[in-house]
Amino acid sequence: MIRVALPAHLRTLARVNGEVALDIEGPVTLCSVLDALEMRHPMLRGTVRDHVTRQRRPFIRFFACEQDLSHESPDTPLPEAVAQGAEPLLIVGAMAGG
Amino acid sequence: MSTVRLLVGTRKGAFVLTSNGTRKKWDVGGPHFAGWELYHLTGSPADPNRLYASQTSGWFGQVIQRSDDGGKTWHAPGTKPEDLMGPDGTPKGESNMFLYDASAETGVPLTTHQHYDGTQRPWEFKRVWHLEPSLTDPDTVYAGVEDAALFRSTDGGRTWRELPGLREVKGHLWQPGAGGMCLHTIVLDRSNPQRIYSAVSAAGAFRTDDGGRTWRAINKGLKSQYELPDPNADVGHCVHRIAMHPSRPHVLFMQKHWDVMRSDDAGESWHEISGNLPTDFGFPIAVHAHEPETIYVVPIKNDSEHFPPDGKLRVYRSRTGGHEWEALTKGLPQRNCYVNILRDAMAVDSLDACGVYFGTTGGQVYASADAGDSWEPIVRDLPPVLSVEAQVLS
Repeated sequence: MIRVALPAHLRTLARVNGEVALDIEGPVTLCSVLDALEMRHPMLRGTVRDHVTRQRRPFIRFFACEQDLSHESPDTPLPEAVAQGAEPLLIVGAMAGG
Repeated sequence: MSTVRLLVGTRKGAFVLTSNGTRKKWDVGGPHFAGWELYHLTGSPADPNRLYASQTSGWFGQVIQRSDDGGKTWHAPGTKPEDLMGPDGTPKGESNMFLYDASAETGVPLTTHQHYDGTQRPWEFKRVWHLEPSLTDPDTVYAGVEDAALFRSTDGGRTWRELPGLREVKGHLWQPGAGGMCLHTIVLDRSNPQRIYSAVSAAGAFRTDDGGRTWRAINKGLKSQYELPDPNADVGHCVHRIAMHPSRPHVLFMQKHWDVMRSDDAGESWHEISGNLPTDFGFPIAVHAHEPETIYVVPIKNDSEHFPPDGKLRVYRSRTGGHEWEALTKGLPQRNCYVNILRDAMAVDSLDACGVYFGTTGGQVYASADAGDSWEPIVRDLPPVLSVEAQVLS
């Protein structure tokens, strides 16, 4: 079970409280987690990754296990603690605005 | 008795203001979509409980919201799993997606437009500025977007298709205004369903007579002396807003960057009607619901000082279709007022006497139940107001 923590605005949009729990078959990567997240909550398509390019939106960051994974390849395996569900993948709106 | 409903988009959410036909006491509902920018929300003329909203964020992109019950509940159309999956089970991802049509079959090559400094930049979707529902079909709605283009949905906002012919009209010469390169005005002609007007900052006004397939610039008579190397250029003008009275579809009123303009021939030519205005810079322009020669503007000082002259908030009304203007001040602050009124933030209702409404970047929404003779604030402390639309429900 993969745990994903969304920023508040995306929790509201997806109508979820707390973390999202996802089952992933195969390698646990940013790409596979985001694919599963968008499959479960289709209204999030385009909000984390661009609709067309599938690239991370500029003001979105990915953190886990006290690491910044924002610039990792989407196909890089996530840390073992995330894959095991011990730690969440944090999808974060970049700090901006004051 | 009728109910008046105002749909107010702000920098931090949407608000729905309601009153009865006296328009004395107002209920304030919201915020909806708190924390998001609501560039525009509006109702279908064919079904006033069908509302569309543009919810947008620099962080999370564009979401289209729809209500089928007059704003009590909302949903993002086309985001159910069955809407998004193709026949093979893979996501189609069409909801909330505004993809410029550059296809060989129906599209126009996606080239470049001018940037602020005159260099060329690629077209890139950023947000929906304005939604214009069909006059007859609640499921058909047009969207004006940044970078400037016009989209249409015929399935209630589930999917969107560009009308790419518009970009063919010298798109390489279009450039952004201060707010970005946006298509902000869409005017539908009740007498001719094939005719649509649109306006882009900064490109100018455009018209189609074949339902959106082909377009041409309608900017003859506009002069942009300090904004363009050729003041009389075919495209490049910073049009801020166009308004039409439905009973006179050939008569258009325009608030340009500078100059208030009028066309009596469906945009074929324009002439200036700024007359005795204290300044002819501004953003919104509106037409009285029952008097097609009565128009409203809110002059602001100039292009670098976006606030009313002398700190006095004054709506100007012309009852003669332009040239002769009177200041409407009763109930509006006449000292120390430095707000702006954005292009989509003024509306009229269809009651008699005509109601006039506008929202400010200071968060006030003002209402007049007597065609502008006097004003009262409905609310004073909303986030900066981006848009105001008025509906009358019987």
